[in-house]
Amino acid sequence: MLRLPRFRYLRPQSVAEAADLMAEHGEQAMLVAGGTDLLPKMKRGQMEAEILVGLGHLAELRQLERSDDGGLRIGAGVTLSQIVHDAALARLYPGYVRAAALVSSPALRNAGTIGGNLCVDTRCNFYDQSYEWRMAVGFCMKKDGDICRVAPASKRCRAIASSDTAPAAMALGATVTLVSSAGRREVPVSALYEDDGQFYLAKAADEIIESIQLPAATDWSSSYVKVRRRGSIDFPLAGVAVALKAAGPVIEEGRIVITAVASRPLDVSEAAEPLVGCTLASLLEGQRDELLTGVAASAARPAKPLDNADLHYVWRKQMTRRGVEQAVREAATALLARSA
Amino acid sequence: MNLSPATHDGQALHVVGKPLPRVEAVGKVTGGTLYADDIDLSGLLHCKLLRSHHAHARVLSIDTSSALAVPGVVAVITGQDLPARYGIMPTCEDEVALEHEKVRFVGDPVAAVAAVDEAAALAGCRAIRVEYDPLEAVESIEQALLSPGSEPIHDYAGPANIHRLAALEFGDVEAGFARADHIREDVFFFEGNTHLPMEQHSATAQAANGHVTLWSSTQNPHYVQRILASVLDLPMGHVRVVAAPHGGGFGGKCDPFSHEIVVCKLAMLTGRPVKCTLTREEVFYTHRGRHPVLMWVRTGVDASGRICAMHFRTALDGGAYGSYGPASTLYTGALQTTTYAIPAYRFEGARVFTNKAPCGPKRGHGTPQPRFALEVHLDKIAEEIGLDPVELRRRNYVKPFTRTVNWLRITSCGLEEVTDRVLEASRESRRERRPGHGVGFAVSSYMCGAGLPIYWNKLPHSECVINVGRGGVTLFCGATDIGQGSDSVLATVAAEELGLSPGDIRLVTGDTGLTPVDLGSYSSRVTFMAGNAARMAASRMRELIVAAVAEEEGCAPSEIEVREGKIGRLMFEEAAVLAEERLGTLSSHGSYSPPADIGGRYKGSGVGPSPAYSYSAAVVDLDADHCTGEVHVNKVWLAHDIGRAINELAVRGQVEGGVYMALGEALMEAQVYRDGLHKQPSMLDYKSLTFLEMPEVETILVETVDPEGPYGAKEVGQGPLLPVIPAVVSAVHDALGVWVDEVPVTPEKILKALDARAKGKEGRFGPKSFPDVPYPPLVKVTPPDAAAAAL
Repeated sequence: MLRLPRFRYLRPQSVAEAADLMAEHGEQAMLVAGGTDLLPKMKRGQMEAEILVGLGHLAELRQLERSDDGGLRIGAGVTLSQIVHDAALARLYPGYVRAAALVSSPALRNAGTIGGNLCVDTRCNFYDQSYEWRMAVGFCMKKDGDICRVAPASKRCRAIASSDTAPAAMALGATVTLVSSAGRREVPVSALYEDDGQFYLAKAADEIIESIQLPAATDWSSSYVKVRRRGSIDFPLAGVAVALKAAGPVIEEGRIVITAVASRPLDVSEAAEPLVGCTLASLLEGQRDELLTGVAASAARPAKPLDNADLHYVWRKQMTRRGVEQAVREAATALLARSA
Repeated sequence: MNLSPATHDGQALHVVGKPLPRVEAVGKVTGGTLYADDIDLSGLLHCKLLRSHHAHARVLSIDTSSALAVPGVVAVITGQDLPARYGIMPTCEDEVALEHEKVRFVGDPVAAVAAVDEAAALAGCRAIRVEYDPLEAVESIEQALLSPGSEPIHDYAGPANIHRLAALEFGDVEAGFARADHIREDVFFFEGNTHLPMEQHSATAQAANGHVTLWSSTQNPHYVQRILASVLDLPMGHVRVVAAPHGGGFGGKCDPFSHEIVVCKLAMLTGRPVKCTLTREEVFYTHRGRHPVLMWVRTGVDASGRICAMHFRTALDGGAYGSYGPASTLYTGALQTTTYAIPAYRFEGARVFTNKAPCGPKRGHGTPQPRFALEVHLDKIAEEIGLDPVELRRRNYVKPFTRTVNWLRITSCGLEEVTDRVLEASRESRRERRPGHGVGFAVSSYMCGAGLPIYWNKLPHSECVINVGRGGVTLFCGATDIGQGSDSVLATVAAEELGLSPGDIRLVTGDTGLTPVDLGSYSSRVTFMAGNAARMAASRMRELIVAAVAEEEGCAPSEIEVREGKIGRLMFEEAAVLAEERLGTLSSHGSYSPPADIGGRYKGSGVGPSPAYSYSAAVVDLDADHCTGEVHVNKVWLAHDIGRAINELAVRGQVEGGVYMALGEALMEAQVYRDGLHKQPSMLDYKSLTFLEMPEVETILVETVDPEGPYGAKEVGQGPLLPVIPAVVSAVHDALGVWVDEVPVTPEKILKALDARAKGKEGRFGPKSFPDVPYPPLVKVTPPDAAAAAL
């Protein structure tokens, strides 16, 4: 079997201490909470760390509290399962909870955290392989090599953004709080990602996600559609998060974020503009199908799936469009139910 | 449910037929069972194999000196230490344990390191320097058939990279086509896939005093013993192979493997026990799984839908080595005739070498591919001539106790019954119509054990010894329980004969040093063959004890009742003491050899004959989405002619497992390559069904009570997989009106077929043509005459 390489495990007593340890050990160290992404990748030699700084045991990362503006602050160490089983959360942020519920399998959701899922490594079937396999095909720029195997002319890595909760959080306008030995800052979730499969996180290596802040969701509903081969376990082949605002029968604002069709989640909310002014009923009763098809087509236009994931990339692009239609309908259905 | 009355030959059955938990179940579900990788011996060394990074290359040099300098490394061997060639089939001994001249696929083993732990062994492997001269790699059937650019993959193959060719004709096929009212041709492709057992292969060897013992997760300890003796140059009696409790085989642990030979050699060299457990990725390279097969079939039917003639061509992608290839090739043509009475039949088959992991036997060995093609082809014929597809099949069903055109002996045959029962059970569902909803039907047949052994010999195929004494009842048999439940079958049969419970029988199985031979757990042979051997041994033991009791009681043996732990008025143990006092050691034996007249006498006739055939029929109910191409299977009904269920619970488990595997093959499993490498050698990326994709299975057992099976039993390990795959394809056609003539049926293929139809072309996805294969001249075989055809 594949064995985990030897490493030192450090168990800080606080987030501040964890940040100090990261600053102290620099590139030798990596953060670990649930370990569901990192540990298998260490076995395959995709990630090498001499020191792991543990976060999973820190109670301060597991808080869930109402913020003053009516939103919610969720500690980064809260597990995906906790989110999934929180009924109140599901009423307020159905898209986010749905996204969390569709991550991997129940066992992995019990260990995996929401902070970890935001940072989940980009994926590529030229990269998510053992050391020996990668050596045989030739190493790629994401690890040990210097070219992109799926797009050899590409100057950057084309690995795929694979977090389910990131697009859902972005559609809600969520922010994250980052802590490092230098201080603390709050940034939109969308600012967490770079358009680069290799250096995909726009945060310093020693910055720790402390919490995610979901803004108040009055008059909003949200949804998330995940495209994949099977009903469990698999990473997204395409993902669509939608949030719609409607105080009454008419849509006032819409946001769409697509994922797994580029190296970062793509905010394509401009594509939702035609939805503004539509009545929920007309959208759901099939009177605005052409408009919805148009929204889906323009939302999916920036999707550039390549041949580095399961199934055919043309199919993945088709499914992105369909995912947008489905996600818009689901969010509209929830709003209509609420107004009724 | 109500199976046939619990009697056999007029005798009441007490244990056979009962849905009892399997004898080894508690250990498996509580974690108590010790699998091959759980074996730990004092001083154990761990072995890792260095595998080729090239798909096809000459090995120029191997430098192991740096590996030996790695701390913890104890020994390093290469092909020079194990030069003997071997192969499971005597006709293609084309493997060596470690290649030192030429590698033929990414994953081909070239060196082995034994070290104090796995990490050191791995570091040792990475320190070995191998110099390669890369050669052009062959990646497809079409490419293999072309004259090779650099050099053929094997010297002994040819022309081009053709491993094996077969061309057989039974009856006058041209005359059959001439009298046909309707002729149709189709081309199909079945993608390769792998076994995916839960347990990776693992082997541990110990050597002392010129003897070697190997514990391995193997299906065939006897064949492994035979090949170890040959490769290690030891007398067979000095090699003991123990089949460890098994975490699944499905055909993937039927060959003798590099890691099994290597640990023996390293144990002999170091004097320490050596273990090698493969990683999941290595299991994908070890493979020996389902061959990718291209198929072309032409069938002529008369106006009433009766088949006049059939011509079936196959081309198999064998991967890098021979394995069971000659048999696999013939199996793609052998069993078309065991469901349909084809009066004139021509089969042409070819197997080619490619630079991919070697293919071999997987559940259904060589027959799921042609079964898929045949059943879908018949559906298309039925549609074309306007006949109900079930009716078309019924008009051509074989009859019980007949001989096929290729000389296979059919005995019990429940085809009509399985068809009736599966249609009856699924009737309500078939009535339901909604957009995207589809239902498909197909039938199949499988062997209950191969009629011939893998190497020529006249010895029994299965042997069994039973000892009774103060230690209780112990049954010794070489049969290997790979999870199919063969230990339970043996215990149940012995218990039935001796009036005991299965839990009263101690089993010693799958150990070539302790048990008489059984050829192995392949070709669905164990219940039929080892079951008959066990029954013979147990009934002989019963006769010994009953005779002693009858003599004591002064009555005829026929007056002594054997049941519920008693022999007449005595407890079994008391009766056994009485018998031992009179006869000395109580030991009995039984053996089984298949009848001689079950097949033909032509070249190639060794593949297909079996002492009996099981029959299955499936109905698949699914919804297919015309927008996404996604398929959701709602339910599968599977009726199976089991002959008699020795253990109803175990039989149902096998049916459900077969349906599960079939749906995986039908919908997603694919062993595919890119840039000469396996594209997804992991359980995350090689897709098989999760619980969420697995539908309800309604199993219907039909008992035809075979005249030669133990208590009438037939196989269930492989047959129920076969009809499910074509039934899925048929149901997708029923749902969306398009044919996907290529397995697996993925969403993109369905959308392409729908797209083709939308553009005014044929609503189909699949291969467009069949390649030119230089098949040899036909071997013309006279079919059995009317007298021989009716048994």
